[in-house]
Amino acid sequence: MANESVFDEMGGVEGDPRQIYAEVAQWFRQASPDLIANRKAEAEAFFRRIGITFAVYGDEQGAERIIPFDILPRILSSQEWIRLSEGLEQRVRALNAFIGDVYGAREIVRAGIVPEDLILSNPAFRPEMTRIKPTAGLYTHIAGVDLVRTGPDEFYVLEDNARTPSGVSYMMENREAMLRLFPELFGKLRIKPVDQYPDELLATLRSVAPSSASREPTVVVMTPGPFNSAYYEHSFLADRMGVELVEGRDLFVRSNVVYMRTTEGPQRVDVIYRRVDDEFLDPLAFRPDSTLGVPGLMSAYKAGNVTISNAVGTGVADDKAVYSYMPEIVKFYTGKDAILSNVPTWRCREPDALSHVLANIGDLVVKEVNGSGGYGMLVGPHATKAQRESFAAKVRNNPTNYIAQPTLALSTVPCYVEEGLAPRHVDLRPFVLSGADKVRIVPGGLTRVALKKGSLVVNSSQGGGTKDTWVIEDGATRASQSQSQKAGA
Amino acid sequence: MLARTADNLYWLSRYVERAESLARILDVALRLATLPSAYAGTSNEWESAIDIAVCRDTFFRHYDVANQANVTQFIIAGPDNPSSIRACIEVARQNARAVRTAMTTEMWEILNDAWNEMQRLRFQSFTSKDLTKFLAFVREVSLRFDGAAYRTMLRTDHYWFQRLGMLLERADNTARLLDVKYHVVLPETEPVGGGLDYFQWSALLRAVSALNSFHLIYRGGIKPWLVADFLILKPEQPRSLISSYETLNRVLDLLAERYGRQGPSQRLARQTYSQLQNLDIDTLFQTGLHEFLEQFIADNNRLGLAINDQYLQ
Repeated sequence: MANESVFDEMGGVEGDPRQIYAEVAQWFRQASPDLIANRKAEAEAFFRRIGITFAVYGDEQGAERIIPFDILPRILSSQEWIRLSEGLEQRVRALNAFIGDVYGAREIVRAGIVPEDLILSNPAFRPEMTRIKPTAGLYTHIAGVDLVRTGPDEFYVLEDNARTPSGVSYMMENREAMLRLFPELFGKLRIKPVDQYPDELLATLRSVAPSSASREPTVVVMTPGPFNSAYYEHSFLADRMGVELVEGRDLFVRSNVVYMRTTEGPQRVDVIYRRVDDEFLDPLAFRPDSTLGVPGLMSAYKAGNVTISNAVGTGVADDKAVYSYMPEIVKFYTGKDAILSNVPTWRCREPDALSHVLANIGDLVVKEVNGSGGYGMLVGPHATKAQRESFAAKVRNNPTNYIAQPTLALSTVPCYVEEGLAPRHVDLRPFVLSGADKVRIVPGGLTRVALKKGSLVVNSSQGGGTKDTWVIEDGATRASQSQSQKAGA
Repeated sequence: MLARTADNLYWLSRYVERAESLARILDVALRLATLPSAYAGTSNEWESAIDIAVCRDTFFRHYDVANQANVTQFIIAGPDNPSSIRACIEVARQNARAVRTAMTTEMWEILNDAWNEMQRLRFQSFTSKDLTKFLAFVREVSLRFDGAAYRTMLRTDHYWFQRLGMLLERADNTARLLDVKYHVVLPETEPVGGGLDYFQWSALLRAVSALNSFHLIYRGGIKPWLVADFLILKPEQPRSLISSYETLNRVLDLLAERYGRQGPSQRLARQTYSQLQNLDIDTLFQTGLHEFLEQFIADNNRLGLAINDQYLQ
């Protein structure tokens, strides 16, 4: 991949900055190395303090669990954002409709768009769900859609996370850090806030409470416990929403109603925002050895007395084989073309595609259909011959398990790395909240950075970092206009 | 609030208080050990420390003699001792970690720092100087934790369960300290009020940071019955049994009011409190201090169980 073809969102480390970055580029370019070092140290101190809490939850290896943070923000204009958020809303509406259809009439199968075996053979498919109708027909109330960019107007969806997308606490802590570090920039630019996220999450969860719930439904966050690596986020969200953080053992089911054990006796629970995987939710319905779950939870769910969020079985919509059908899925349920593009995808289960993939494996990214976290994949151009060959053998062995995509020239944003300011590849995970009343999306999301030079893998487990994501009003004119209005008022 | 959260808050406070109490027990023993035997008597202050810390059986499974080296090692970080100072801090922190958001940052940081310090310390190579410093550190952790809870927590049921744990443990520890002191350390042949007596009872008062305040209240010399009066019946003395129960009652009433329901805990606490109110020290000595303390410790345990049944499950 030639360097010239890579789109840098700021306009490069040295060149003329793109309009939306003007203010920020100016600040960072004029700042003395001392000042930069100073702000970096401040950011580090802030995260080290938060890091204490990560260390707490991550225990002894805590120090390694702090994800590197870059102080140069990633910026989107509000016009870009409007288009993205329309696309996100459309896509997540389609995802919800698709999951409902998969567990219902399967019209999309009958229309010959998605093959039935893709659904039925999917390990995330939960037959129980064919007998359960969640409130408002919504399944994935919290979705994380990973976006990448290749040019000024080219955004692609890289994957949909319809189960339990995480990282929203980083989005909020990053903003908190930036507000402390760069008050002068926040003063000048009109940056859309993100700290309303917990309120919007709570409103979303309440909106999908079962009809038998009281007018003030009781919402809880359910965690596997303090030893889970995302425990910090679980407790963070419970805390900010002002709801209880429960473990399985805090809940019990009586007469198909879920209760939590409180100091005042049993209290009914209406909505469970669970951060526990499907198979651990209820030892009576799924894995009998699960100690994280609540016996009888699925019967209460089936009886319509509790909402589980995200619904059970949403994983059927976010594997990489289903992903490849998303343009058709969006069209089928919304009647319109998808606003957000998919990355062109070869499904190795199809013989033509398989031979194309095997012939061009050096130019492609090959992924396991159910892989995540950047594991189980081959980045062709970066792989050795031996790696390619052994991966090709795996693909040939079990083609259904793989898809392949072209390597995209992912956009970069300058980052502070050891050598100084340098372009690094980024992606974006906005969090889409689907409630019975409406879809809510906090402007921006979590920007992840591949901190290793040339790397395309942003996962924190593989050397990724994060940046704060700013959605700001386009251009300086608007900002100065509003300033003069204030002065005249 | 979640019963588990209440349980965590309650127990973490008990363990912090227990760690402090253990440090105080070692302090007394150290002080007594420095006295010439003519003053301190022939009894073994290290064995008495083991008795107060209620770990005689476990201790003698690991050691032959109760001497300074063995006892301090065992009480601070002994193998197989679930109630060592180190274990107390560790369990307190574990509980805190599970309910991180139910307490304030200040409280958490004190516990977490204490735990980190414990990881760092090499107890095996402790000198006497290190030991004194360490015991002061443990007392300080407890004081700071208690102060942080008092100054930073919202006055809701979270706070009340934190207080309940601290108070119940404190009452237990004071009663045990008195009981063992009375029976083990005081030799039966020694005339009451002798020199030996004086040093031992003053060491006891020192152990509960009450030597100066004793003099403020009683003016005269240190007499065993006055020390007992001070630590059992004086509401002014914050470690006294009556003071602990006065507050326990208040806190339990606040809970009952908030939850709109009285229960066995409230009844038991009221009973013990009114019993203490109607006692005078002469009657107490006539019926026997030891019998009284034994009864009290049992009643206090029963209240602990009642609180557990009523709120923590």
